[in-house]
Amino acid sequence: MAEARILTVAEAIREATDIAMEHDPRIFVMGEGVSDPKAIFGTTAGLAERYGAARVMEMPIAENGFTGIAIGAAIMGRRPLIVHQRVDFALLSLEQLFNNAAKTCYVTGGHHTVPLVVRMIVGRGWGQGPAHSQSLEALFAMVPGLKVVMPTTAREAKGQLIAALEDPNPVIMIEHRWVHYATGHVPEGHYTVPLDGPRRVREGGDVTIVATSYMLLEALRAAETLNKAGIGADVIDLAVLRPFEPDLIIESVRRTGRLLFIDTGFRQFGIGAEVVATVVEQAFGSLVRPPVRLGLPEHPTPSSRALLADFYPTALSIIDAAAALTEVEPERIAVPRAALAAELAKLPVDVPHPTFRGPF
Amino acid sequence: MTTSRASADLPELYRAMRRIRMIEEAVAVRYAEQEMRCPVHLSIGQEAVAVGVCAEMRPDDQLVSTHRCHAHYLAKNGDLKAMMAEIYGKAAGCCGGRGGSMHLTDSAAGVLLSLPIVASSIPIAVGAGLAIRQEGRDAVAATFMGDGSIEEGVFHESMNFAALMRLPVLFILENNLYSCYTGLKDRQPQRPLTDLARAYGMPADAADGNDVEAVRKAVQRAITRARAGDGPTLLVFDTYRWREHCGPNYDNDIGYRTEAEFLGWKERCPVEQARRRLVAAGRHDDATEAAMITTIQVEIDEAFAFAKMAPFPSPETARSHVYG
Repeated sequence: MAEARILTVAEAIREATDIAMEHDPRIFVMGEGVSDPKAIFGTTAGLAERYGAARVMEMPIAENGFTGIAIGAAIMGRRPLIVHQRVDFALLSLEQLFNNAAKTCYVTGGHHTVPLVVRMIVGRGWGQGPAHSQSLEALFAMVPGLKVVMPTTAREAKGQLIAALEDPNPVIMIEHRWVHYATGHVPEGHYTVPLDGPRRVREGGDVTIVATSYMLLEALRAAETLNKAGIGADVIDLAVLRPFEPDLIIESVRRTGRLLFIDTGFRQFGIGAEVVATVVEQAFGSLVRPPVRLGLPEHPTPSSRALLADFYPTALSIIDAAAALTEVEPERIAVPRAALAAELAKLPVDVPHPTFRGPF
Repeated sequence: MTTSRASADLPELYRAMRRIRMIEEAVAVRYAEQEMRCPVHLSIGQEAVAVGVCAEMRPDDQLVSTHRCHAHYLAKNGDLKAMMAEIYGKAAGCCGGRGGSMHLTDSAAGVLLSLPIVASSIPIAVGAGLAIRQEGRDAVAATFMGDGSIEEGVFHESMNFAALMRLPVLFILENNLYSCYTGLKDRQPQRPLTDLARAYGMPADAADGNDVEAVRKAVQRAITRARAGDGPTLLVFDTYRWREHCGPNYDNDIGYRTEAEFLGWKERCPVEQARRRLVAAGRHDDATEAAMITTIQVEIDEAFAFAKMAPFPSPETARSHVYG
């Protein structure tokens, strides 16, 4: 078997878009900056040159307007792909997404569908601040009729995006800016990763850790260190937030008896609240300890790196939470944890970890 | 001008307006029975805009409407029985009872969607225009919108994009002077509403919204431009809602407008104006009127009977079609 190529997530997203557009002439890209020299962090690079301005449409600064325009075109059978450089800008389009994209299939009894994909990017670091770094996936995941996915690996990102562009429903793809840098093996050509639920990314019998997007990468790093202390983490990539399919998580918790959820966004009212509530409802008798959620604290994202020291969950905070959940003796975890802490302490908190980019 | 197509078709236009008037009056009369258990926003008094616009539209032209969509749907040949069944919450309704009176849709007739959030429908029509452009067809998309909708940002976003792309879109501004119970003067600065188009380098036209022939002529010019690839037009038609914002009653007594203002507009009833014009031209008399009314009444009675007799959707289907 030929060695698969290694791409970044950003490159995988670009390649997915290219392959899907080549395959289906109804697909077109809309957004602010999709054909500019920066090309949405490279994720739309070269597409305007290849497919022309009629299919890679630079948009006026009118998020709700062009989202409605995309929905209208989608109902008519076209397949728009919207790209927002930040989730925060997409907030202007919630009226169209929630009222029209999410409900048209339902209200028309399936007569109309809205095959729309909206990519939006969560910013982090370099002082992005309160309105350029929000991870608001819970907001979108609350609405029936939308599908919400958060890719982590390059292979998953490419396959999910192609699947989304072939899906008859509106799909919100939330990408973490730091995940864009992560590398991984990516098959050539056309393939899809179904938008049908979570997947296990690491086997273990002591604690179930569920996360997605950048927090999955932190969780995997934590799991390595936990393993050195003899703690087996069953790591699950939530991957698809809606439709929410908890069976894999329930099955895992029945074995481990312990659940740790890491939110990319706010802890309160976050995705973790839904995951924990579902586990408590369906596997209460299997829980040997109360479930634990990590996530962002109850204040907006400050800009200064000095104020960010304790803002984001990290591999270390995940290790500490998992160690407490599994009631491991402190001396067993102390040495591997200290080694990781020493490594992380050498690096600034406001840029992606240079040694932490895969391949995943 | 007196020999225009509109004049030749005036009997049809009159009949279409009378039919809509009678249907909505029947809704108003029977609403008290409390079997139509959804909000109804009646267009009584505004029929000329709906009929004048839709007279120029083909079945493959797409119409997107608002919460006040009955007249638009009917003028575009939306199915009456499916509309009534929808208002009665029945499975045979155009949305299977999932939408109610504010979500009327009929693909075969080119009624793409009706949407109840003010201005939400406007970009949908622009998107339909974009799809038509991408498919290389000569159809058009029209969005009906009230005077409240032009206060929304998405109206301006949609006008800007349609003008930029020269899309085949008709922006039909149906100005009935009120947003619920607040007058236009209390919400917007005084200026000709057609000036809104100038900001986007878009042509605009205005006509008496209670004169079905005047509406139709203005639409004819705009639609010819749109089909030829010459882009969108803003069309402004002043008219008047006779009854309350939502519901079957008159509300001139509650303090936001006067009986005198209403009576002034009622004097200019779009349906009666068309009838008088036909009578004056010797093309209509009491006998033709009576025959027409009888035929329409039979159709209305059948539609109500159908809607009332039709079965409700079964409760378990409430969960279906969330995804396609």
